[in-house]
Amino acid sequence: MKKILGILSLFIVVFVFTAWQNPKFISAYNIQNLLNWTGLFGILGIGAAFVIITGGIDLSIGSVVGLVGCLLPMFIVDRGYSIPTSIGLVMVISASIGFVHGLLITKMKLQPFVVTLCGLLIYRGLSRFITADQTMGFGNEYSGLRKLATGKLDVPVLTDGTGFHLPIPFLILFVLMIAGAIFLDKTIWGRYLQALGRNEQAARYSGIKTDRLTILAYVICSTLAGFGGIMFMLDLNSVQPSSHGNFYELYAIAAAVLGGCSLRGGEGSIIGVVIGMAVLRLLYNASNLLEIPTQLEFAIIGGVIIGGAIVDELAKRIAHRMRQSRKT
Amino acid sequence: MLHPLLEVRLVTKYFPGVVALKEVNLTLQQGEVLALIGENGAGKSTLMKILAGIEQPNFGELRWEGKVIEINSVQDAMDLGIALIHQELNLADNLDIGANIFLGREPHNRLGIIQRRKIREESKKVLRRVGLDYSPDFNLAKLAIGQQQLVEIAKALSMNARILIMDEPTSSLSARETERLFEVVKDLKSQGVSVIYISHRLGEVKELADRVLVFRDGKNSGELKREQITHEKMVQLMVGRDVSRLYQRTPHPLGDEALKVTGLITTAFPNAPNSFSIRRGEIVGMAGLVGSGRTELLRVLFGVDRAFRGTIEVGGIVRHFRHPKDAIAAGMVLVPEERKNQGLIVDWPLDMNGSLPGADRHLRGKCFLSSRNERATAEKMIGDLGIKTPSRKQILQFLSGGNQQKVVLGKWLSLEPKVLLLDEPTRGIDVGAKEEIYHLMDKLAGEGLAVLFVSSELEEIMGVSDRVLVMHEGQISGELKRNELSEESIMQLATGRTLVAADGPS
Repeated sequence: MKKILGILSLFIVVFVFTAWQNPKFISAYNIQNLLNWTGLFGILGIGAAFVIITGGIDLSIGSVVGLVGCLLPMFIVDRGYSIPTSIGLVMVISASIGFVHGLLITKMKLQPFVVTLCGLLIYRGLSRFITADQTMGFGNEYSGLRKLATGKLDVPVLTDGTGFHLPIPFLILFVLMIAGAIFLDKTIWGRYLQALGRNEQAARYSGIKTDRLTILAYVICSTLAGFGGIMFMLDLNSVQPSSHGNFYELYAIAAAVLGGCSLRGGEGSIIGVVIGMAVLRLLYNASNLLEIPTQLEFAIIGGVIIGGAIVDELAKRIAHRMRQSRKT
Repeated sequence: MLHPLLEVRLVTKYFPGVVALKEVNLTLQQGEVLALIGENGAGKSTLMKILAGIEQPNFGELRWEGKVIEINSVQDAMDLGIALIHQELNLADNLDIGANIFLGREPHNRLGIIQRRKIREESKKVLRRVGLDYSPDFNLAKLAIGQQQLVEIAKALSMNARILIMDEPTSSLSARETERLFEVVKDLKSQGVSVIYISHRLGEVKELADRVLVFRDGKNSGELKREQITHEKMVQLMVGRDVSRLYQRTPHPLGDEALKVTGLITTAFPNAPNSFSIRRGEIVGMAGLVGSGRTELLRVLFGVDRAFRGTIEVGGIVRHFRHPKDAIAAGMVLVPEERKNQGLIVDWPLDMNGSLPGADRHLRGKCFLSSRNERATAEKMIGDLGIKTPSRKQILQFLSGGNQQKVVLGKWLSLEPKVLLLDEPTRGIDVGAKEEIYHLMDKLAGEGLAVLFVSSELEEIMGVSDRVLVMHEGQISGELKRNELSEESIMQLATGRTLVAADGPS
């Protein structure tokens, strides 16, 4: 709980400030939009968090989103596979990507940064090659399937008379968040993941199969990237193989860091990551509404993250000093 | 009479909430080796930090050749000629020896270009003083740990150190390197350098010290002149009570064969097959020099590394361990050599460490953790082993080494193992905690555990073992029964000489 307090208060501050500056911010349409994007990106963030907790990193998330965005319409439209087959195939491919990353990192002892950086390049290249750089999409067809990402749900109390509908991606994110948080904090495997992220050797000497768990973390990450990729594709319905998903891994990593994950491993909260992603989307949204030039978007996000990191470090030092003085 | 080189008078140091040093005194003559001993937390390190300028005292005074001085920074200490050689060496192993000796104060010309010839010449001089026969251009990483330590001493000498403070300098040295270090210390002494020598190894203190100063609970508890130094007196002053029964050993009836090793070869020593067995209720010590292959053997037994060849039987069944998990499942556990890197997650609380190996047993349903079981395990461990901790939520790095080691033991004992492997279990922990660990080993053996105990301290090996296996270059070079044990017989086997029967060492 303590871990997410900081990011939660940052969220509230930015939220209240934006709402005060521009009342349009709290319109049903805008909030709906915000939740939709938080949902889509948040799925990637949860995956990234698992890898970061093991002390690793995954730079290939955006390229997996891109690859999936190309493969799904290719399977359905060009190959004529059924929808369940296509989705199944895409998910298996994503999971396999994570599995290979995990194998290379644990068995070949390659560095996660190197493995997934090469992944970033390879999957992007493959996407462009198999599509010959043609824009991919469903056009006006398959609107039923696309409802998975674009659909909205009416929620009794919230919806009545306000025109607000809950976007399905956010609902999915919410379910994944709860499942992820329970996995990480309440199950033995979650405990093992945190242990190996904190001290791999001690975890191994305690009888934990650290290689297997590390591979699992990369599989979770790539699978969620693949699932997120499906959702992005369905939502946008127009995929540029050369750019779709570019930089998404950086959003995911940034959200994980904002949400309390340490890049040294062993530390992190799934709920924190989701709030972290909400903050990123909120900043993006706010810079639009407050008429800050969009060119500044990255600069603002970067500034907020570095500011957060500084505050966090200072808070830790103060806490450490207080503990020291209590101890000795 | 001449003033002593250094005098510490009635120095008191508070840390918020605690008195680390209370009116302590210390005098050091030129060319004297003063050993400073005491249990962990007795205040030795605090005083050394004051002398090295890292901490400042609240009360009391320091005198240098009779004159009152203040040491307000590390630079002040260096200017006086006080050098602290840390337990962990502060060297850059990507650089050569000369560069390390002059790190941070390289002689250079006006353009900032380093004058290598000057470094080489000056380095040669100090290397000669510590008897290290290497060129200053030699890469530091290629030196053994004991030689690196000599480089550190050379570095201190090149800064004209007059007092060397050595904090547990031999903790990672082999017997031969230790001997070499002692020669250097004696040599420096004859050159007029004074040494403050901190060690838990009382045998070393006895050999080296002109005088022993003992601290207990932040106060002076006694001082022994050279001719008064005995093991018993030192321990008594440190612990404050009689510890004639430091080593507890009650004879236990031996049970079935718990561990049997046949023709086991580790990858580190591919030509050294080893066979031995341990019965229930038996404590088998394993002696040998550092690097003789004892740790490698334990790692193979525990499944950390694969065996090159050979079989391991636990409880009469042949086992193939591919991972520590397999060894644990067979009832064999290891208290590893590096407590903080391998034994524990030190920035986690006690209870989470305690349940880690047994998290499978803390299941509620099939996969969820049970905080109730976790609490019960932690509280049982704290009670059974007498772990001194404010609570089960305490972060382990804030516990003493002895209490940390008890947590390592406790996490295994909650699994009720059959074979207990211990690798240097008392390294870096104080006498009181050592005693408790010996007693615990004795009690566990009495309950039918088979214990294999690796140690570099001959005294404790001889004190607690029923039988001792001695290793030399990966090979068990001999086995000694309890009535055959002596420092000489162990050292002979450890250095690869065959035992001269009956008439003892020459």
